[in-house]
Amino acid sequence: MLKIENLQASVDDKSILKGLNLTVKSGEVHAIMGPNGAGKSTLANIIAGKEEYDVTKGIIELNGEDISELSPEERAHNGVFLSFQYPVEIPGVSVTNFIKTSINETRKAKGLEDMPAKDMLKMIREKSELLEIDRKFLSRSLNEGFSGGEKKRNEIFQMAMLEPKLAILDETDSGLDIDALRIVANGVNKLKSKDNAVIVITHYQRLLDYIVPDFVHVLHDGKIVKTGDASLALELEAKGYDWIKEEISA
Amino acid sequence: MDLKEKIVSSYVAFEDGVNINSDIHEIRTEAFQNFEKLGFPSKKLEAWKYTSLNSILKEDYSIFPNKEKIISLAEVKKYFIHDIDTYKIVFIDGKYSSFLSETTHDNIDVCLMSSALTKKKYKPIIENYFNKVAKQDNLTSLNTAFSKEGAYVHIPKNTEVEKPIQIINFTTGEESATMLQPRNLIVVDQNAHVQIIERHQSLTNNAVLTNVVTEIFADRHSTVDFYKIQNDYIEASLVDNTFVEQQSNSVVSVHTFSFGGNITRNNLNFFQKGEHIDSILKGITIIEGKQHVDHHTLVHHIEPNCESHQDYKGIYDERSTGVFNGKVIVEKEAQKTNAYQKNNNILMNNKSTINAKPQLEIFADDVKCSHGCTIGQLDEQALFYMQQRGIPKKEAKALLMYAFANTVLESVKIPEVKERITKLIAKKLNVNIGFNI
Repeated sequence: MLKIENLQASVDDKSILKGLNLTVKSGEVHAIMGPNGAGKSTLANIIAGKEEYDVTKGIIELNGEDISELSPEERAHNGVFLSFQYPVEIPGVSVTNFIKTSINETRKAKGLEDMPAKDMLKMIREKSELLEIDRKFLSRSLNEGFSGGEKKRNEIFQMAMLEPKLAILDETDSGLDIDALRIVANGVNKLKSKDNAVIVITHYQRLLDYIVPDFVHVLHDGKIVKTGDASLALELEAKGYDWIKEEISA
Repeated sequence: MDLKEKIVSSYVAFEDGVNINSDIHEIRTEAFQNFEKLGFPSKKLEAWKYTSLNSILKEDYSIFPNKEKIISLAEVKKYFIHDIDTYKIVFIDGKYSSFLSETTHDNIDVCLMSSALTKKKYKPIIENYFNKVAKQDNLTSLNTAFSKEGAYVHIPKNTEVEKPIQIINFTTGEESATMLQPRNLIVVDQNAHVQIIERHQSLTNNAVLTNVVTEIFADRHSTVDFYKIQNDYIEASLVDNTFVEQQSNSVVSVHTFSFGGNITRNNLNFFQKGEHIDSILKGITIIEGKQHVDHHTLVHHIEPNCESHQDYKGIYDERSTGVFNGKVIVEKEAQKTNAYQKNNNILMNNKSTINAKPQLEIFADDVKCSHGCTIGQLDEQALFYMQQRGIPKKEAKALLMYAFANTVLESVKIPEVKERITKLIAKKLNVNIGFNI
């Protein structure tokens, strides 16, 4: 699914990723953990194609195809989805119209006709039920005045609508209370299949109680310094990150 | 010969076509003298500091287009709001086109200024209203001097006009350059309601300069909704002088949509002559290239307990320039005035310009007046967010711009007009997406 080799990237001449390797196969869930400033969000943004980062070295392949020169929308059309840590408020554009435009632009890129309105409605109904979203919420301006939890739930709703191949959840758990966390995690789990993959970026182990990862990676100073199974997350929760830093410098 | 000289020396020829022994002609000749004295406005005048007409005054305009040209409905249908039933007052090169028009005298008068200015039955209205609210400035005077043709609308009291009225001025481009002076008068009596759509449209890319004056009188408890669609060829320039006089409890809204044309100057003036009046001034400007749009608004709060709401949105690309000069005067007697003014602008690059100038002159002490002016760029993070969801950058930009302008569209009361404007915006932004938000 995703292959990243020796990825090096900087922003404003400040080096952030320093030779990162990561391979994610279909059907897998990977968690990326690490202290603040390790480069977790940078990695997510670079995979999604944000232009302000300079990728100085390395490759990013999605299903065998180099995507590093593609625009963010082309990557999205190829199945990359990023759930934003801070979803943007867009006053004047309703949730429904946004997701319609999003789906139809993706279909257009694939040479497909617009989704018939009836199918769209059915899909919106199903997916909003899955995420326990109030219908009234769908006519509101995108993210405007949404609580932190509503924003995150809305991100996963969009993910459910777009059915991506590779979903990156950037700190989706931050700002969620325990009920919202359960709903969001439940949504993600229901969308999981052998044909797609999920990367969960998080500070805390909490979300991983619900979305159980196959692999846990520790990102530190622009590199993945340790990889383990779900138990590594528990260990990090108990011991913090300092022992890893010590292990590296040792 | 410069344009002013040409105009001045053409006046005798103009007089051949009108009754010079009339009260109206007294008004005309007085205005003529005024224009002769003042000439065209230059940048030295404070009100014209950011808008220069020099480049368009060089053209050799034909002042009396003579050749009558027939145009077929098929040629121009797209410029009408044609999916609803409307009254139409249509002019081709300044001359009335009965073929394209649909006027009426059935209870209401939707007809021609040339009739109103000459026929006896209109005399009381003309005496009461013609040139009564129009300012005596240079370009208004020029129009008054040549006032002869245009739209005349009179809605008697307690009449709700079911069909909107379209006033359309076509220029055929038969002459290499055409100058027009349309003169409109709209009189809406007590408790009456009317909706009007105005458009100036050239049909070729020959130069056009239109200097239009519209006077609107809204009597007590009346409602007037006026929509101006400005989407002309890049060779066409427009000076729109609109004067609105409102009596107690009237509501008048003017929406101005400026997407096309070369130089467009909108002088929009509201005078509140009663209490509990609401004046609504809204506009969307989307321009590029070297286009220039100048909104000069004035709201004069004279009596207490009135409101005014201004909301102008502008999007400027390439080397285009915009001006927003919004003046609000609140007289000492006009206590409990609520005057709101908003002017938000997006500059798409570093070569486009906006000159924004709110002017508030408040002499009353118990009022609520606010003005907010912003100038910004499109939010890069919002663009990335939308692109990440598969919306291409161009469409993402268009969607953000549409959303930005949408507060102005919300108050458009004729759905077909709203739809047309939405389509024009999509066309202007060169995208094919549904904005039905």
